[in-house]
Amino acid sequence: MKELYYDQINEKIYTETLSNGLRVFILPKQEMAKTFAIFTTNYGSIDQSFVPLGKEDFITVPDGIAHFLEHKLFEKEDRDVFHDFSKLGASANAFTSFTKTAYLFSATSRIMDNLKILIDFVQDPYFSEQSVEKEKGIIGQEIKMYDDQPDWRAFFGTIKSMYQHHPVHIDIAGTVESISHITKDDLYTCYHTFYHPSNMVLFVAGNIDVNETMEMIKTNQAGKTFETPEPITRKFPNEPANVAQKQLNVTMPVNVPKALVGVKEVDIPEDPKAFMEKEYLMDIVMDALFSRSGASYEKLYEEGLIDQSFSAETHLDKDFGFSIIGGNTSEPEKLAESIKQELLQLNETKLDQSTFERIKRKKLGHLLRSLNSLEFIANQYTHYQLLGIDLFESIQWLEQLSYKDLQNFLSSWIDEERISFCFVKNEE
Amino acid sequence: MEKLIQKQGYDLHLLHTKKFKTINFSFKFTTNLSRETVTNRALLPYVLQQGTTNYPTATKLRQKLDELYGAILHIDSSKKGEKNITTIRLELANDRYLANQDSLIEDGLALLQEVIYSPKTVDGGFDPKILEREKKTLKNKIDALKEDKMNLANTRMIEEMCADEAYQLRVHGYEEDIASISAVQLYEYYQQLLQDDHLDIFVVGDIENTPLESQIDTIIARNEQTAIEKTKHTTKEKQAATLIEKDKIQQAKLHFGYRTNITYDDSDYAALHVFNGLFGGFPSSKLFMNVREKHSLAYYAASRIESHKGLLFVFSGIAPEQYEKARQIILEQMEQMVAGEFTDQQVTETKEMTINQLKETLDNPQGMIELNYQRILAKSDKSPEQLLKEVKQVEKEEIVKVAQKIKLDMIYLLTSEEV
Repeated sequence: MKELYYDQINEKIYTETLSNGLRVFILPKQEMAKTFAIFTTNYGSIDQSFVPLGKEDFITVPDGIAHFLEHKLFEKEDRDVFHDFSKLGASANAFTSFTKTAYLFSATSRIMDNLKILIDFVQDPYFSEQSVEKEKGIIGQEIKMYDDQPDWRAFFGTIKSMYQHHPVHIDIAGTVESISHITKDDLYTCYHTFYHPSNMVLFVAGNIDVNETMEMIKTNQAGKTFETPEPITRKFPNEPANVAQKQLNVTMPVNVPKALVGVKEVDIPEDPKAFMEKEYLMDIVMDALFSRSGASYEKLYEEGLIDQSFSAETHLDKDFGFSIIGGNTSEPEKLAESIKQELLQLNETKLDQSTFERIKRKKLGHLLRSLNSLEFIANQYTHYQLLGIDLFESIQWLEQLSYKDLQNFLSSWIDEERISFCFVKNEE
Repeated sequence: MEKLIQKQGYDLHLLHTKKFKTINFSFKFTTNLSRETVTNRALLPYVLQQGTTNYPTATKLRQKLDELYGAILHIDSSKKGEKNITTIRLELANDRYLANQDSLIEDGLALLQEVIYSPKTVDGGFDPKILEREKKTLKNKIDALKEDKMNLANTRMIEEMCADEAYQLRVHGYEEDIASISAVQLYEYYQQLLQDDHLDIFVVGDIENTPLESQIDTIIARNEQTAIEKTKHTTKEKQAATLIEKDKIQQAKLHFGYRTNITYDDSDYAALHVFNGLFGGFPSSKLFMNVREKHSLAYYAASRIESHKGLLFVFSGIAPEQYEKARQIILEQMEQMVAGEFTDQQVTETKEMTINQLKETLDNPQGMIELNYQRILAKSDKSPEQLLKEVKQVEKEEIVKVAQKIKLDMIYLLTSEEV
């Protein structure tokens, strides 16, 4: 077991990679009443084409299968695992993102019992033809619920407008049509390939004893057998740098129309430090322009183009990345065009050195504030771990960023061909 | 653990803990709810965040907050029991985690002083331009609340159920009262709030051995502290009423209002918490399991207690044609509670979940402040830690006794115009 001490934030993490390849991280925080644990596999909605464990040829599985698998893991032959947690006073949940599937719980007592339930249910799948068919109806309802949510439609619409081939443009839950093709055997194939311990991270944070926790996890894992790990081969299509379409319209009933602007990223660095710096810089630019203290925000607000719903966010991952800016507006075309102009005219007067230093400070303060939350720590530490980055280590990279770094970034960041619009409006 | 210091004109509550990497300041101004002032107090949080003497626009104020390592400023007005509480909150990074930075508390408090005591003024009132714009913001907020049908149904039920009590007032104010508010009058009311309300100041964070007490004293100017009057709970004498109203909606809202006759300071308050957990507080509760899971009648079905006025609310969203059936099943769940139709195992699990929930609340700085503030409003000695202890000791018979004290006051249905 290795001890990592982070002097600046005064936190300690204990870590070990077990013989089956599972990476375990433990962050003890005795002051907290709660413990939060999250068990994550490096497998999300974009992992559709891959070589199954022990095979040689690529296969492609239906859209939405990672999310489907997440649902099915909770259901066992004789029970629903949610009840196992609630009997012990814990609350459990799970989520599927583009690149990850995670299972989690929080509790203030009987932590070792809860932790055992978490590990065991994820490592003991039970899929039957019958239960797979039943789930198609339930997930179909969930997909329809998302279809009724204008914000979700706008978000995915924007991603679709940017990405032509890369599976990030496919809805995480798939479609009613795509999930209809999922079989029990597909689920087992995906499970055996991606839920191997060597592809997973277990993070436990909170009111726990480090040795007791590590011992429990090791004993648990030693009692199970897994196939010999192999590196997983995944395949992603070539994605052009330019956006797929400059404008995408979604028609559905809305009280107020929506306009979102997408900026597609290219040249995503492989080096962890360079990757992290790029992500910080994207965040800083978004914040400097479009947060409540931003110059562009003030202008758009004065012009009456935006309201409280306006926001800007960034996503950066191994081989895709984007920023999305916008919100509700009575003049969607005008708002989108104004945002685009703000981006194209981005220069050093708008983003001067003092603005840069101000936003950097804000980011640092907000990062510290996030560390109040065990959930944030465990989620984000795992997220960056899977990208080969130590989140706590990276705080100093943010502090060290210079205005020169920002200037270099800005010199090649914006390209009109990588900007797209998505509108959500009522039928005319 | 809380340290209370009674200062000239306010009570200072210092909550030292190593849980957090930030320091939270919360200034709570408390007074009685009244129709005359509730709209003023709903409007003030918006106006106060639009600018000060030295940072005259919202953007300038936000930029100053950014410079203080992304300090979070938040102002709102809320109601608890029959009290109207205006809270001004500032969250700062603890500067021991920042290189070359040691005056963040001082700078943060100076800004807080500026926001509280030097809002932007013009001719002895708030800036009229700011006021007009924020009146519109508040109107939009009130409109948006009407769109939220669950909220609308709850508001309407309380208005009818508590028609003769101050508790019925809408904390977001009244649209018809907004127009007549003038910049000078609102500013004068604000000065009155600053001097005459009861004031509690909470500080939460790793604050041992800091000069916070004197630092806060230098920014506050008050004469004397006003006492809080405890909210009185009303006993229900008359028969329960049913009220049905219609709106353009697909999903009907069926809500129930009960008088628990139990408030925070009462000895059976802990048992009321466990009662609520069994009845409708958790996904394992009677309402959830029977109304939603077993009969698939509702998209949601839950209950919540109000700790100062002594109320219990049931919320459910149902298909309009299922009203009679859903009403019957909800009433049956309460009858089962009164008859003690639940197992010791369920009591044990629910206590566990209730304790879990309370403890998790204390792992969050805002939660810590709110739980400690409960007892100030209730004029009680019961600390959150004491409450936890009491929950652990609750037994089945006490829960049944609590159930027997609870009286139905109103059934409210907001349903489709087409039924």
